[in-house]
Amino acid sequence: MTAAAEGSPPLRVAGLRRSPLLQSEAVQGFALISPTFVYALILLVLPILVVIAHSFWTQDYLTIDHTFTLENYRIALTEPIYRDLLWRSLYISLTVSLLTVALAYPIAYFISFHGGRHKSLWLFLITIPFWTSYLLRVMSWKVILGYNGVLNSGLMGLGIIDEPSTALLYNSTAVIITLTHAWAAFAILPIFVSLEKVDRTLVEAATDLGDGPLRSFLRVTLPLSAPGVISAALIVMIPTVGDYVTPKLVGGKDGVMIANAIQAQFGKASNWPLGAALSVTTMIIVSLMAGATVLVFRALQRLAR
Amino acid sequence: MTAIRRFLPGWLSSYAVLYLVFLYLPVIFLPIFSINTAATPKFPLSGVTLHWYEDLPRTPALIDATWNSLIVGVSASTLSTVLGILAARSITRYRYPGRRAINGLIMAPLVLPEVIVAISMLLVMLQLGLNLSLFTVVLGHVLVCIPYSMTVLTSGFEGFDRSLEEASADLGESAFGTFRRVTLPMVAPAIISSLLVCFTISLDEFIIAFFLTGTEATLPIYIWGQLRFAAKLPGVLALGTLLLFASFVLMTIAEILRRRAARRTQNEGGLYA
Repeated sequence: MTAAAEGSPPLRVAGLRRSPLLQSEAVQGFALISPTFVYALILLVLPILVVIAHSFWTQDYLTIDHTFTLENYRIALTEPIYRDLLWRSLYISLTVSLLTVALAYPIAYFISFHGGRHKSLWLFLITIPFWTSYLLRVMSWKVILGYNGVLNSGLMGLGIIDEPSTALLYNSTAVIITLTHAWAAFAILPIFVSLEKVDRTLVEAATDLGDGPLRSFLRVTLPLSAPGVISAALIVMIPTVGDYVTPKLVGGKDGVMIANAIQAQFGKASNWPLGAALSVTTMIIVSLMAGATVLVFRALQRLAR
Repeated sequence: MTAIRRFLPGWLSSYAVLYLVFLYLPVIFLPIFSINTAATPKFPLSGVTLHWYEDLPRTPALIDATWNSLIVGVSASTLSTVLGILAARSITRYRYPGRRAINGLIMAPLVLPEVIVAISMLLVMLQLGLNLSLFTVVLGHVLVCIPYSMTVLTSGFEGFDRSLEEASADLGESAFGTFRRVTLPMVAPAIISSLLVCFTISLDEFIIAFFLTGTEATLPIYIWGQLRFAAKLPGVLALGTLLLFASFVLMTIAEILRRRAARRTQNEGGLYA
C-alpha cells in the first residue's frame, strides 16, 4: 500500500512525520475525499432513499400515512394519463438521444480526424452555446418556432407560406428539436474522446489490406468508437426523460412529459407519495431502456466486425 | 476511392459549419430581438432601440434577483470548488478500494434527471425542517456543481509532477509550506477555472433553484416568472442577452485558465477530453 501507483515514490515527509496508519495511502486518500463523499451521501443518496420510501406511503391531506402500499405504483403504471406521459417521455428521450448521437458523430469524427491544429478551437466553439443558460436556449426556440416567430415571419416574408403555421410550436416535435439542440455538446464530447483513442495505424492497415474508406470506417473506426457512442446515447437519454423546462415552454398540450406531472404532484396536486412513485418508476424504466440500448449497440458492434 | 477521400473532408467540414450554425442560431436571436423596437420577436425588425436595456436597472425585483444570484453563485462556487479540490486531489493522488465507486457517486448528478434530483432534495429538506431559502438553493447547486469542478480540477491535478513536491520536502519545507509554495501555484489556474465554471452554472441554473427556493428569486426564476407576460418579453430578451454575455465571458476565461493549468502539469484533457 505504500508504493504509489503512478511511478514515483511516496512523499518522504509523510513517512517521517505520520503514524503508520495514516501513512497508508488508502486511509489518506479516503480521508481526503470523505467530505465530498459525505456531501453526496447526504444530498443525493439519502434524498433518493427518502423518495423511494415515500413512494410506498400514502398522503392524507397534509399527513403522510406510513403504512406500506403499492397503490402509488398501481396508479403510476395503470392510470392512462401517467402511462401516456411515461411512454411519451421515453419516446422523446430515445428519439432525442439517437438523433443527437447521429448528428454529433460526423462532427466528432471531423474534429478528431480532420481537425488538425484547430481541434481545441472547434471543441471550444461547440461547447460555448452549451454553457449559456438552458432556460434561455429553450426560450429562444420558443421565439423561433412561435406563431409570430422567426421561422413563420421568415417563411411568410419569403412568400413560401401565406399565414403563420401553428404546426411548429407546442407539440412533441418542438420538444425533440429543442432537446436535440440543448444536448448536442454532451453527445459530441464522449464520441470525440473515443475517436481520439482509435489507433490510426489500424485504419491504415485496413486500407493497406484493401478496404475502401467506407469499409475501413465501418469495420475499424466505428466499432472502436462504440464506447463513446454508447456513453453519448446514455448521457443524453437519461436526463432528457425527466426534462421539465422544454415541455413546459415549447411542448404545449401534446408535448407534456412525465417531469411536468411529477412537479404537479409536489406543487398544486400536493401528493408527494404519488410524485415519488412516478419519479422512481421513471428512473427504473429509463434505466431499463438505457440497458437495452447498450445491448443493442453492443450487438451492432459485434455485427460490424 | 481517392475521389471519395478527397471529397469527404470537404463534405464533412461543410456539415461541421452547418452544425455550428444550428448550435449558435437560437442563441443569436436573443441579442437581435433585444434591440428591436417591437414587442413581438419577428422579422423584419421594426427599428433599433436600447430602451429595453435602459428599463432593466429600474426594476427593483430584478435588482433583488441579481443580488440573490450573485450571493448563491459565489457561495455555491466556493463551496463546490473546495469540495472539488479535496475529491480531485484524492482521486488523482491516491489509490484505494472503492475509489471508482465514490467517484461515480460524486459525478452522478451530471447524468440524473434534474427534476428528480431536485424533488429528492426538496423532500429531505422539508423532512429535516429546513426552511426553503437561498441557503437551500446553495446546497442544491453545490451538488450539481461538484462534478464540473471535479472535471476541471482533475485535468489540472493529473500529471502533476510529484517530484517537485518531494524536492520541496527534501529541502526542508513543511507539508503545509510545500502545499502553499509548490502545489498551490501549480494548480491555481485550475482552481480559478473551477470557481468560474461553477459560478456560471449556478448563475444559469433553473430547475434546482425553482424547487428549492422559498420566496427569493434568482435571475432564472425571475425570467421564468416574466415569461408568462408576452409584453415583458423584450425585457426578458435584454436580460437574457446580458446573461448570455456573462456566461460567455466567464467560460472563455475559465477555459483559458484551465488550459494554462493543464499545460503547467503537461496534461491535455479536462472538459473536452
